[in-house]
Amino acid sequence: MDGDRPLRLITSSPVDRLARTVEALLVVASQPLSADELAAAANEDPERIETALRLLAERFAEGRSGIVLEHVAGGWAFRASREAAEACGRLFERPVERGLTAASLETLAIVAYLGPVSRPEIARIRGVAADSVVAGLVERGLIAEAGREEGIGGAVRYRTTPLFERVFGLESLSQLPRLDDVGEDAVEIRARLETVAERRGA
Amino acid sequence: MEVRELELDLDAFEGPFDLLLTLVLKEELDLAEVDIAGIVIAFCERLAERGELDLEACGEFLVLVAALLELKARGLFPDEEAELLELEPEEAAEELARRLAEYRRAKEAAAWLAERLEGEGDRFFRLGPAPLAPRVERRLAPQEPAVLVAALRALAAEPPAVSLAHLELRFPPVSQFLERFRALLGRRRVFDLDAELDGMTRIEQAVAFLAVLELRRSGEVALEQAAPFAPIRVRRAESETERRPAWTGTARSA
Repeated sequence: MDGDRPLRLITSSPVDRLARTVEALLVVASQPLSADELAAAANEDPERIETALRLLAERFAEGRSGIVLEHVAGGWAFRASREAAEACGRLFERPVERGLTAASLETLAIVAYLGPVSRPEIARIRGVAADSVVAGLVERGLIAEAGREEGIGGAVRYRTTPLFERVFGLESLSQLPRLDDVGEDAVEIRARLETVAERRGA
Repeated sequence: MEVRELELDLDAFEGPFDLLLTLVLKEELDLAEVDIAGIVIAFCERLAERGELDLEACGEFLVLVAALLELKARGLFPDEEAELLELEPEEAAEELARRLAEYRRAKEAAAWLAERLEGEGDRFFRLGPAPLAPRVERRLAPQEPAVLVAALRALAAEPPAVSLAHLELRFPPVSQFLERFRALLGRRRVFDLDAELDGMTRIEQAVAFLAVLELRRSGEVALEQAAPFAPIRVRRAESETERRPAWTGTARSA
């Protein structure tokens, strides 16, 4: 073996080197990093970061690696592969979503679709006081305060957090399905109500 | 079948139906917390177990549940109740339909979220608080030691003494002018003060004027001034009459 020559395991093209830097940044980050954040940290062009991310996405894919690169909550993050989920589950549980009740999910849905939205508004839609449910969701970090309603003493408004998007595997809130059939619902419900009213009148 | 003995197992309450009613009427249990649909389901299950339709029980149950629903509705919308009463029946129906649709939409969204959570439950990731961004270090441009030395030398140099000359007031002694005026009066009986002051500094003029006043006080001279700001004439006092106090020219002429 030629002792003078440095040992090189990988021939490093610039993109390869950048990919390793991005990989390192994603490992130390506790939250998803956007391409711009990665570009700033790596002191690189966002376009080249995108190229490096594509390379990493191929390398860290389901079925190929225990670590998977995913685009989530407006950024890029590493997570465990799904096939390792069972083992991960034996190590720890995902406390954020443990014991999310139907009431919590309804409230979460209202905040996700209508946010920023205040507690009185949530209570009006759900028909029950929302205080404890909202407090629980804030504690889990799934929703957070986002200003107040206009006017003096306006109620605190809430919106969902990046953690919400991450837990539910959403790239952004725009990935939530559109609930366009709501208009039909109103018509249908009204028709039913009218039928009942007619019968009563008869 | 006894409706009142219907066993309930709800989130907010566990026990027989009549206990629930008692607690609600005593306001020890908030109806808003009670899942009335759960009560209906429990009753229907019980009914199904029986296998026969107990009309009397059904009737009683309907009355009780309707009362509970009304109580709960009133409790949930205390203010909006009045609002709804003001609406025309047509509008009220529309408002109600709108609200029900809104709630149904929330329920559908919640169902989607629940399904999503189920599907994404096997995604494990690391969670932690966001670390602080490093402080931006403000780097200095490379510096020449000689430049630094020069800068320090300039700072270390003794600063030039600041002249306070312009602040200093030099008062020549009054005696100097007393002697000068006495000598003058030795040669001439009268002199014009302004002519004597000509060419002096303000300070010297002021002190000279003090000397004149001093001479006047001791009765050595008499002063004349025709009008305010007119030239002051200083005259040697020669007689006793002229030694009386006279501050102005008019006093002298009187």
